[in-house]
Amino acid sequence: MNRIKQRFESLHQQGRKALISYVVMGDPAKDVTLPVMHALVASGTDIIELGIPFSDPNAEGPVIQKAHERALEHGSSLRDALALVKQFRETDSDTPVLLMGYTNPIERMGYDTFIENAVDAGVDAVLTVDLPPEEAEEFNEHLKQANMENIFLLAPTSSLARQKKVTSMAGGFIYYVSLKGVTGAGNLDINSVNENVTSIRSLTDLPVCVGFGIKDGASARAVADLSDGVVIGSVLVNQIAVLAEQGETNPATYAEAVSVIITEIREALDK
Amino acid sequence: MSSNFSSSNKAVDFNQMPDARGHFGPYGGRFVSETLISALDELESLYRRLKDDPEFQAQFDYDLAHYVGRPSPLYFAERWTKETGGARLYLKREDLNHTGAHKINNTIGQALLAKHTGKKRIIAETGAGQHGVATATVAARMGLECHVFMGEDDIHRQSLNVYRMKLLGATVVPVTSGSKTLKDAMNEAMRDWVTNVDNTFYIIGTCAGPHPYPELVRNFQSVIGREARQQSLAQTGQLPDALVACVGGGSNAIGLFHPFLEDESVAMYGVEAGGLGLESGKHAAPLNDGIPGVLHGNRTYLMEDENGQIIETHSISAGLDYPGVGPEHSWLKDIGRVSYVTIDDDEAMAAFRSLTKIEGIMPALESSHAVAYAEKLARQMDPDQMIIVNLSGRGDKDILTVAEIDGITV
Repeated sequence: MNRIKQRFESLHQQGRKALISYVVMGDPAKDVTLPVMHALVASGTDIIELGIPFSDPNAEGPVIQKAHERALEHGSSLRDALALVKQFRETDSDTPVLLMGYTNPIERMGYDTFIENAVDAGVDAVLTVDLPPEEAEEFNEHLKQANMENIFLLAPTSSLARQKKVTSMAGGFIYYVSLKGVTGAGNLDINSVNENVTSIRSLTDLPVCVGFGIKDGASARAVADLSDGVVIGSVLVNQIAVLAEQGETNPATYAEAVSVIITEIREALDK
Repeated sequence: MSSNFSSSNKAVDFNQMPDARGHFGPYGGRFVSETLISALDELESLYRRLKDDPEFQAQFDYDLAHYVGRPSPLYFAERWTKETGGARLYLKREDLNHTGAHKINNTIGQALLAKHTGKKRIIAETGAGQHGVATATVAARMGLECHVFMGEDDIHRQSLNVYRMKLLGATVVPVTSGSKTLKDAMNEAMRDWVTNVDNTFYIIGTCAGPHPYPELVRNFQSVIGREARQQSLAQTGQLPDALVACVGGGSNAIGLFHPFLEDESVAMYGVEAGGLGLESGKHAAPLNDGIPGVLHGNRTYLMEDENGQIIETHSISAGLDYPGVGPEHSWLKDIGRVSYVTIDDDEAMAAFRSLTKIEGIMPALESSHAVAYAEKLARQMDPDQMIIVNLSGRGDKDILTVAEIDGITV
């Protein structure tokens, strides 16, 4: 069984909410990400979402955008991300790993080669930000054959018809973007989240997780009450940025810093 | 010179492109984050509704005639023809439009669409600043708030246009991410649009981006080709043998080419920026030296590295300095209907100087690429043949760049 399904089933049995943590591969250095991933898991992360660096990440706000730039400065690539997951799997065979990125690097590698390598590395799911269902048919077919989940986004601006279309094609879980805007923007509108998550749940049995705008334990708790889990991204990446700006080179320092954030959010979720 | 457009392509109905989902063959489409889908759906249905609405068309035509100053002349460049030797050279004078380039045709059209949405805030991206100026102009005329995203590097090399935009009341937002040029300005505009989609209309300046932009920009710019076709028939009794236009994103080229696509006798040449030469890798010629990929909401030829990262381009002309190209051009290349060629920085500069001296017409550095290629082409053709060159913009904005090359401080 796919690790994502397995993870949600066990969370469901325990009555717990999913905590999904996002960092960009190679930010700010290639040797930082592996210890960060293990630290995220140790401090309470259920699913790792690994950003694949891209030169033009136009759905990202300034925080994550800069992370892509930092990662690209020393040439981090999709190839490196796949190698990293393989390395991660040497000591962690349970935690689901989701790759999040943009279409072009994947197409450049080729769908077949990408999926072959992703399966070999132990990747469980892919979220391609700029590949909506209309353009995703071929890729979706490839993923299905490899038993990998295709994660799709839904937004506050998505119509009911759109929610139907996306839920009919999606796997793993539905990633509900709680804000209009780019990653890391603005404040949450809990009522709007509630309304949309309720609507999406009426259309699918897939878990619904909420991302964008969750900054701390309190906002995570509020959102988790309405959904199956939360995605934490900009807060982690921002902490990495602060250390990078200070010129920090010790991977353990980064690992420790993300642990502090995730520990607090995990506690709030499990209360 | 006859077109080498093969008869096997006769079944292609150019007016039926793109398909319902915005595809030109394998190109185009809508590769955007979910957050933008509803805004694009809304724009598409608005455009479908207004496209064939006589009132909308009449308003567009009225604005083009009385505000832009259309039709733009089709001018027989007699002296240039003599100096060059070969086919007769005609210039489609888009440089004479209000604001000095073809860009205003599209911003007039999109501003009319914006008016129907009731949105009070306009955003745009710009490279050379021509589209930014054309957008700031229509926003001023309609009393709309206007924000123009412009790469920091482009702000430096196009300072005159930056000041023009400010005088027109627009806010010029410097973009410091990535390569700090047009592609990053477009990323930033898309980010703004996602965030402010409720009150904001995004006027894209070229025939690229997610569906329906490539289609609607083409249709607004096609006034260039429709006029040129009529003018050619009226002035010479014949269709031109060849069309030449520069291609960055490719909106002036598609505007000239599209109404002629079914005229098989008309050969077409899109001129990309060869920069320091194709072999140098420092250029902006994705159709000549790129591969298909996905950027800025569409699938098209791109300049990228082996990891699929978009690479920095180079051209003397900021308006051509873009790693992608409109998806319809990618398709027209693949089916062989249009030939895409390159002109390098030096050749473009030489053409800028010669047209200025010979005809008293100072072309934009972008358009100078088309001028340079047309000279080469004319020499291979007979004197009874005819070429139309799209003089997409005037060169005043480039004076500082040219002066710098000459080592002169203006």
